Amino acid sequence: MKINGVTIEDTFAEAFGMCATRLIITGDTPGWAHAAAASLSGFATSVIACGCEAGIERELSPGETPDGRPGVAVLIFSMSLKDLQKQVRDRVGQCVLTTAGSACFSGLDGDETVKIGGALRYFGDGFQIAKRIGDRRYWRVPVMDGEFICEDRAGTAKAVGGGNLIVIAASRPAALEASERAVAAMRKTRDVILPFPGGMVRSGSKVGSKYKALVASTNDAYCPTLKGQTKTALPPEAAAVLEIVIDGLTPNSVREAMRAGISAACTVGAGGGMLKIDAGNYDGKLGKYRFPLREIMA
Amino acid sequence: MSGLTFRLKAAPPWRLDMSPLTPDRLSGIEARAISKIALLSGNKRIPAGDLFEIAPGDPADIRILDSSDKLDFIGRDMRGGRLTVEGDAGVYCGLNLGGGELIVRGNVGDYAAAGMSGGRFEASGNVGGHFGGALPGDMRGMSGGTAIVHGRSGQRLGDRMRRGTIIVEGDVGAYAASRMIAGTIIALGSAAGSYPGFGMKRGTLILRGEVERELPTFADCGRHDLAFLNLLLLQLRSISSRLDQFAAQPKIVHRRVGDQASGGKGEILAWRE
Repeated sequence: MKINGVTIEDTFAEAFGMCATRLIITGDTPGWAHAAAASLSGFATSVIACGCEAGIERELSPGETPDGRPGVAVLIFSMSLKDLQKQVRDRVGQCVLTTAGSACFSGLDGDETVKIGGALRYFGDGFQIAKRIGDRRYWRVPVMDGEFICEDRAGTAKAVGGGNLIVIAASRPAALEASERAVAAMRKTRDVILPFPGGMVRSGSKVGSKYKALVASTNDAYCPTLKGQTKTALPPEAAAVLEIVIDGLTPNSVREAMRAGISAACTVGAGGGMLKIDAGNYDGKLGKYRFPLREIMA
Repeated sequence: MSGLTFRLKAAPPWRLDMSPLTPDRLSGIEARAISKIALLSGNKRIPAGDLFEIAPGDPADIRILDSSDKLDFIGRDMRGGRLTVEGDAGVYCGLNLGGGELIVRGNVGDYAAAGMSGGRFEASGNVGGHFGGALPGDMRGMSGGTAIVHGRSGQRLGDRMRRGTIIVEGDVGAYAASRMIAGTIIALGSAAGSYPGFGMKRGTLILRGEVERELPTFADCGRHDLAFLNLLLLQLRSISSRLDQFAAQPKIVHRRVGDQASGGKGEILAWRE
């Protein structure tokens, strides 16, 4: 299969089950909501060392937020509900509670929940106030610029992590251009985040290492400088590879994002130096979700 | 299927206990059997059919027409469905209301919505004293649900209230939020009776009106623009058109905390121009 002269490899992206929540963070201005959300989703590229994967899903207009202020929706993914609880408590506590004028609400309904205000209320040292409005419970925690408003709990969902695309090009500028176009298109999809810096990762990894202490190491099969030195997965003319990792609330949202990303990356075309779209998998041994590239683009 | 309708033939000479006539209790009962349900009036039991013209219909949607202020305990212990009263209601209306909707298009007597734990209570007219409060001897008043009064309320609004939301669009009587334990009361009228928050433990009383006499046992915490009010008003504006009028106004409130005479941490938020 080729799109605009770009080969779509006959393979599948392999993804695994995760646990996710959506938080809605509001502020006095879109800039302040963004400041809190950026801080909250910082150092959250991979569960390998960050404890969670997080990113900004989209900006919200005042009409879309519970308190009528500008907001940002953030998705946070962890490997278990317990991990998610710890990450949400620590990140909201250190990054949102601390941001001037911020408030934090649940953006997801679900039977299983994680505490947000319910865990952070103790910061109020007895001066905190619980408020139930309708069927939702909020905490008002007194802080130095007024009150931090935080919903008691946030809903969670069983989600999909580790969906991916591998963009292979004949030059670094071409790989970057194609990946940037893909990221821009994928960020318009709801229910997904691209957790790596700029939406893409240049240090794709394989499982294991020659060093016992490491659980993952560089994906040598996709390193263009090792083409002749290792069993490569790259065509001879490949000079640069970038990977786009996708975490989504549902398999469908991941599929939709992948379709948008592949289409956008292929607009660079063979003439622009784009060679191939590939995907990372572990022969189906690691995750329960498979996203076959050619089926997605059919 | 239209609702089950009870039209009062004439105001009864004595007070009438209406507690058997709720959607829950009439569910699955035939029209003929409903007309034989005995209602307590004074020391007599009178069949419902002697007091009301009964039009069969869906018992989940009961309507009481030409009601009188002698009809007590309307909607007592109700857990679901809808009960609409056209006219006035007597005392203890919506006592221990746990779910469903109870709507009175008229005035309501004392102890309405007392002990309410869920559902929605609405009165288009005035309500008496102890609205959403506790019966004498009870430790807790209203513990859930939403109650809205489009008219005025009497004394001791939300006495010993534990949870839930009360909106009174008109003036409120003396001792509003007395002994309040938690919950939210919003009073939108231009005047409030003396000593609101007497014995208040926790909870929030939002007052737009001038208070006749204030308690000296509330600590002045200054004027603030509270973000929580935006959240509250946005969620509640759809159930009160009067609240909706104020929703766009600045939410600067004067916060006073007490009742410190009883170690309370309740708050009265005076929301004035």
